[in-house]
Amino acid sequence: MDILNALALFANFVFVPATAYGAQLALGALGVTLIFGILRFANFSHGELMSFGAMASILVTWFLQDQGVSIAPLPTALLALPAAILATVVLMLATDRLVFRFYRRQRANPIVFAIVSVGVMFVFAGLIRIIIGPEDRSFADGERFIITAFEFKKLTGLAEGIAIRQTQLLTLVVTAIVVVALFWFLRKTRSGKAMRAYSDDEDLALLSGIDPERVVALAWIICAALAAIAGTLYGLDKTYKPFIFLQILLPIFAATILGGIGQPVGAVLGGFIIAYSEVTVTYAFKKFLTYLGPESWAPEGLVQLLSTDYKFAVSFIILVAVLLFRPTGIIRGKVI
Amino acid sequence: MTARGALYYAIMGLVLLGIGVLQSWNVAFGILNLCLISAIMALGVNMQWGYAGLFNVGIMGFTALGALTAVLVSMPPVGEAWSAGGGGILLSLLSVVGTVAAIIAARRFLHRALHLPATLLLVVAGFFVAESFFGPAVDRIEAINPAHTGYLGGLDLPILLAWPLGGLVAAGAGWLIGKIALGLRADYLAIATLGISEIIIAVIKYEEWLSRGVKNVTGLPRPVPYEVDLVTRDWFLSLAQWLGFEDMGEAASLFVKVCYALLFLTVLAIIMWFAERALKSPWGRMMRAIRDNREAASAMGKDVKRRHLQVFVLGCAVCGIAGAMLATLDGQLTPTSYIPLRYTFLIWVMVILGGSGNNWGAILGGFVIWTLWVQAEPLGNLFMHLVSSPLPEGSWLAERLVAGAAYTRYILMGAILLIVMRFAPKGLIPERG
Repeated sequence: MDILNALALFANFVFVPATAYGAQLALGALGVTLIFGILRFANFSHGELMSFGAMASILVTWFLQDQGVSIAPLPTALLALPAAILATVVLMLATDRLVFRFYRRQRANPIVFAIVSVGVMFVFAGLIRIIIGPEDRSFADGERFIITAFEFKKLTGLAEGIAIRQTQLLTLVVTAIVVVALFWFLRKTRSGKAMRAYSDDEDLALLSGIDPERVVALAWIICAALAAIAGTLYGLDKTYKPFIFLQILLPIFAATILGGIGQPVGAVLGGFIIAYSEVTVTYAFKKFLTYLGPESWAPEGLVQLLSTDYKFAVSFIILVAVLLFRPTGIIRGKVI
Repeated sequence: MTARGALYYAIMGLVLLGIGVLQSWNVAFGILNLCLISAIMALGVNMQWGYAGLFNVGIMGFTALGALTAVLVSMPPVGEAWSAGGGGILLSLLSVVGTVAAIIAARRFLHRALHLPATLLLVVAGFFVAESFFGPAVDRIEAINPAHTGYLGGLDLPILLAWPLGGLVAAGAGWLIGKIALGLRADYLAIATLGISEIIIAVIKYEEWLSRGVKNVTGLPRPVPYEVDLVTRDWFLSLAQWLGFEDMGEAASLFVKVCYALLFLTVLAIIMWFAERALKSPWGRMMRAIRDNREAASAMGKDVKRRHLQVFVLGCAVCGIAGAMLATLDGQLTPTSYIPLRYTFLIWVMVILGGSGNNWGAILGGFVIWTLWVQAEPLGNLFMHLVSSPLPEGSWLAERLVAGAAYTRYILMGAILLIVMRFAPKGLIPERG
């Protein structure tokens, strides 16, 4: 019985939240890795792009709530998501047209692209803070829990409950659909194959008659859509705070490099590995161990490897380990 | 410096003069002081980016390390905290050193196959030994008079000593991160520095025994006189009267700012002298050769990775010095004020605008961007009021626009970066061939 309780405790505080977080990171890392693969630079504006998508969702959600539209028990934000994706895609395509295309034609150095993306980040950050302000926003409505800890306890008779929030399940379902659709697109459709060919060898792809502008536009569209979905899900699950999206850049980049640059499968894998390590390392295992051992063995301290304040250190340490031991990432990505 | 460069500097000087005449001299010197510090940071980044083409996105972290050093050097030690927990902290440090030594020894003497398991075992064992000393010691230190101290304090040395020391500490961190990330893809250094800067800030924020964390350390000792002392001195009063000041408090605060400006100007001049000498020396030519064609330089027998590490460490040191100076000027360490947009990316805008690879350009960029950053707030307010004036009184949109005025500076900075990169990628004062 105690082992069951320990497992329930672990699932409630580590497995369930880390899975949802991992899915959000995976979506973010997919966008970053795609741009890495096609345009070959580290896109520092990706965090703010996610933020913009979340902001668009919030604005549309408010509008829908005003109109009395609701899809209870699901959150209204789900209904707002297509419009938010559209807005983010339009923003990104306009940015590409105004900013990035020029450097592409010049065949500029990847570092120049990265610096330019810093400028884009500044502009996005300013826009977002002017439009919606820097405050926290909570926009999740509808049913809060699929199953509460109390219900779970009553159902199973365990001392520990597993609570699953609706947003967590939603994150997982949406991520699964998006990832499956993306992989289907990349493997089966003509455009997807063109994108992979272009990422593999630009010159060869051009020789085969692949239109580079089309490939790049597709990459931005997918990147913006993924960013809008990831940002909205992250905002639904936690709350929406504009400043957090600069910090989330680090775990996303770490996931990208860990998975192998330009490798979509690697990005998903990397996102989940980072999320599980982050949550496991910062979880206090005291109660968990108390369930497992005899009562007198209960540990004195919290048995927490790292305080939650240092959760970013986990992605950094993983990043450093990858750079030291396998700079190509799990699935061999590009390294110059 | 070319005639065009001199012209830009003259315009910049006139702008600061104008602020002095139109707003107030206190404001002008306040801006000037931060311009000088920003210029030093921009010089550090220019060494990395302009000389060698290294993309450092962790400037905030190296600056904060300098600021932390200022606290650790200048604040008086808290004797009670040292006797309560100092031993524990030292013991845990000792166990970390012991663990590292044991790992090195184990890797030297054991069979290759045993390296990884032995290292992992020692890391885990060392962690728990260090933690057993560290945890209780931290609790004891933070329990001592938490409202005023609650940390170990510093060494009670003159704060000017913290400036070079801050540079050294930042250089150490730079060496560590450069050793790991240089020599791989260029993006990797950017991402690794982004990570280390977040971690440095987290350490300063949450290790209260070391830095008081978010409770902030205030009242750092000053290298210049205090205003309250000045107004009681006869020589100062007569000086102020001779200069025609009526409000003695204002005169004192201006005098302090001028003192700081002279100090900062000296440091800037020294760093600038070294930076220019280095750039014009064979070493500087070699750096630029490596930047422009890595393969060719490598084929000529230049050790690219080693040179990159060297210049990266130097740049980080300069950022650390600037950080210590900034903490001295503020007289406090407030970890929450360290945000990447202000301390990392803004410095990048300075370097790009000024002219990458040109030290005079970097300084000019520091001056121009800092002045704009400060003045953008009133300008943004004015702009937003103008835009929202045709809207009906009290409309949601108008309120929103006025509330967002403070953030027009982000858009302004982004726009400057994008416009310079597009239309004048060499910056205001281009690099000399």
